[in-house]
Amino acid sequence: MITRRDLIKVSIAGAAVPLASAKIISAADTLFPERFEKQNIRWVFIVDTKKCVGCGMCVKACKDENEVPYDANITRTWVERYVLTKDGQVFADSPKGARDGFTGKKIDRGEKGFHDIKDEEIQKAFFVPKLCNQCESPPCVQVCPVGATYKTEDGVVLVDRKWCIGCGYCIMACPYGVRFFHPVHRVAEKCNFCYHRITKGMKTACVEACPFDARMIGNIKDPDDPVTKIIQNERIAVLKEEYGTNPQVYYLGMSKEVR
Amino acid sequence: MKNYVFRPLYVIIGLVIAVLIFREFYVPKDFGTHGESYMYGWHRKGNEEEWKAFKVKYRFDNEYCKDCHSDKYESLMQAPHAIIKCENCHGPALDHPSDPPKLVVDKGRGLCLRCHSSLPYPQSDRINIRGIDPDKHNPDMECSMCHNPHKPSLEGLK
Repeated sequence: MITRRDLIKVSIAGAAVPLASAKIISAADTLFPERFEKQNIRWVFIVDTKKCVGCGMCVKACKDENEVPYDANITRTWVERYVLTKDGQVFADSPKGARDGFTGKKIDRGEKGFHDIKDEEIQKAFFVPKLCNQCESPPCVQVCPVGATYKTEDGVVLVDRKWCIGCGYCIMACPYGVRFFHPVHRVAEKCNFCYHRITKGMKTACVEACPFDARMIGNIKDPDDPVTKIIQNERIAVLKEEYGTNPQVYYLGMSKEVR
Repeated sequence: MKNYVFRPLYVIIGLVIAVLIFREFYVPKDFGTHGESYMYGWHRKGNEEEWKAFKVKYRFDNEYCKDCHSDKYESLMQAPHAIIKCENCHGPALDHPSDPPKLVVDKGRGLCLRCHSSLPYPQSDRINIRGIDPDKHNPDMECSMCHNPHKPSLEGLK
């Protein structure tokens, strides 16, 4: 038989726990962040595939600059080669992410060996540099269970190396395959537009390393930025638009064979 | 109601409180929603500064090299190779000349073949670069034995 006194005691004890937790984890703070000042920076990138010659200097510079193990087959940025033959076949390769460039005509098909294509069989052939698209709606961030990866206010997706638990959800979620495990830090790793450089007024290592100006970085919120002007006035494309990720790496001279 | 009904409940309440206390100390104070939304901005704010503090290795400033290596600089600026940054071939300068005191350059053929291995790709600017077939063009020699990378004209072979 429960007495009135017992009921009151139990009610108070029962209410104390949720009230205490409400104080520690404030739902209001979580769901409605503080009104941050509207940033006037949003980093975007342009890749001009027609200018790329496949030298791979960008890949080399990126690996040095960002301490990505040089000989491991992982890289934050890479260059793909596409060769379309006259009989309608598409060949694509990126040996070592093009760290050493493309120095031969043979297509690297992995375990299938090398495929030789005669010059007269080539219909189209070109190079496509790839890097993190710093999506406006990054799927890799949505899936992170611990809040280790996030989008900064200037639009760059970063990974918190102290907070990442290495579950790999983000690596699976990225439709562009730009994420990988860092074998030294044992966390998820990705291109971050050389955040340490761009926030100091420098350009990314890959942009600086490219002798042919195939890569450009700029601030799309600045109407006078040359990059903004190109995006406004030229014919541009993004990769895998259908995924709804709203990628912010824009391509000039894109082709439908590029995936 | 009997006491034994409540005993497990007390244990659970105790566990919840313990977790909340642990969380209060373990989660950094700057962890929370920063930026536009909870979905994309739920993170430790201090990590942004950690990334900004990451060490810059490449200067990518040929003017920095000019003062001491003016002969190489002047020669390079006259050549088509002027578009290539010194550090692309010589490696990251960091705080050279104190650290590293000497920059090493890889004189293998691979460095030159990145651009000058002839690839007949019409939709790429690669086709406009003068190239060679690495298997036929003096395969066992270093390029720099004949060509000066700072002044690579064929007329003035060194």
